[in-house]
Amino acid sequence: MAADSIINWGLLALAPPGWGGVLLNGLVNSVQIAIGGYAFGLLLGVGGAFGKLYGGPILRDLMECYTTIVRAVPELVLILLLYYAGTDALNHVLNLVGIGTVDISGLAAGIFVIGVVQGAYSTEVLRGAIKAVPAGQIEAARAYGMSPFKVMTRVTLPAMLPYAIPGLSNLWLIATKDTALLAVVGFSELTLVTRQAAGATKAYILFFCAAGALYLALTLFSNVLIRIIERHSRRGFVEQS
Amino acid sequence: MTNTTDVTTHAMAITPEDLPTAGSFFKPHRIVLLVIAAALVFCVVWFMRWDWLPQYLPRLGHGIVVTLAMLFSTSILGFLLAVPLGLVQVTGPWPLKTLASGFCTIIRGTPLLLQLWLLYYGLGSLFPQFPAIRHSFLWPYLRESWPYGVAALTISFAAYEGEVMRGAFAGVPAGELEAARAYGMSRWTLFRRIWLPRAIHRALPTLNGETVLQLKATPLVATITVIDVYAVISKVRQDTYITYEPLLLLALIYMCLTGILVIAFRYLENRIPTRGA
Repeated sequence: MAADSIINWGLLALAPPGWGGVLLNGLVNSVQIAIGGYAFGLLLGVGGAFGKLYGGPILRDLMECYTTIVRAVPELVLILLLYYAGTDALNHVLNLVGIGTVDISGLAAGIFVIGVVQGAYSTEVLRGAIKAVPAGQIEAARAYGMSPFKVMTRVTLPAMLPYAIPGLSNLWLIATKDTALLAVVGFSELTLVTRQAAGATKAYILFFCAAGALYLALTLFSNVLIRIIERHSRRGFVEQS
Repeated sequence: MTNTTDVTTHAMAITPEDLPTAGSFFKPHRIVLLVIAAALVFCVVWFMRWDWLPQYLPRLGHGIVVTLAMLFSTSILGFLLAVPLGLVQVTGPWPLKTLASGFCTIIRGTPLLLQLWLLYYGLGSLFPQFPAIRHSFLWPYLRESWPYGVAALTISFAAYEGEVMRGAFAGVPAGELEAARAYGMSRWTLFRRIWLPRAIHRALPTLNGETVLQLKATPLVATITVIDVYAVISKVRQDTYITYEPLLLLALIYMCLTGILVIAFRYLENRIPTRGA
């Protein structure tokens, strides 16, 4: 028994007898979904935050329902619901239009699902950040006769960025970890691939630790980038104590 | 640092200030929206298949109890671990400090699902190889799956809370601690009477938010065959081949649980006197 538990590093080799290449492929899939989902979530978040702050009463209430539901229901349940409902709804629509059903790639579905969840979170983060922008700056922009869209792109968005970046960078780290939940719907991202590799070779601890190291490396690498972006965005800010 | 965690926790979990007041529903547009929502609910109840529900009701109840047991046991155990984790990072000697912050970084940097599977499949496959463990009194428990779920959820909660408690301990004004020392309190008395209560008071809103997040993390234990409410619903879906109805019911159950939890927290937070405000 003792000889078996000595680590067999050969299993992590990149070439086919080892599973290293498969793991890295899973990591690439995870990162793709995280980036796509995060970007989609940011778009939803910007829309949601502006809707919540400047929209009419009905739009505001609908946005409130969206963020409340996402914040009250576990991600795992949302992912299952959106995964089935999203693909079904798309196929229904395509059927009505007359194109016929399509096979939705796991990648697109994963990005959609993670994006909808992240959208609610970033709505809340961005709403707080926009509220932190001094009202006088936005009023000044309006007084110059800028259209609402111009006010948004020229004043509100750039001015709220320093307030939003800490929250948004946390959301990025959460997005990378939430991709693991897609293992439950059978998308071959890092966690599911790891489980398959571990199941095939019975070297559970080795593979799960290796995957953990990959996730951790992703987080630490992101942290370095975030620190650079944060420093850049806070130029000219007076440090308040 | 605490501030960032606060913001993110609030963005991901419902907090007491998000609860609507009873009066806020009586606006014209809200009444219309409520009528539309009621019509939608009626359509869902009327046109979708719910005949499976009575048969699974007892099991659902049992599942909810398991979910709540998971939530409360891991939150309490995790908090008990988080206090030393936070304290050590503020005042401990450097080896302990590095150890604690390294633990927090590693746990917070990897997905909970992976940690859960590492414990269940990894340790679970390692334990039977040691006769000493197989013959110990713990073995009947280690053969079950729930101890691994409890362990993973506790560790994860402790790491996130440890970070929150670190900020909270560091944020207690130094003057209060100095005053306590000037009164001649021993270190333990100072910790018990001043430092810990003040830190918990400061961290309470974040702690409540993290507990809601912990509730949202519990369904993961269903992937290692713990029969919580999520697992019961998965069973329903396997047995009946119905896709949406069980999932909608599950979402509703979790929304109710979250709502009850948040209302309880509002009651708690209101009972604790705050200065000013």
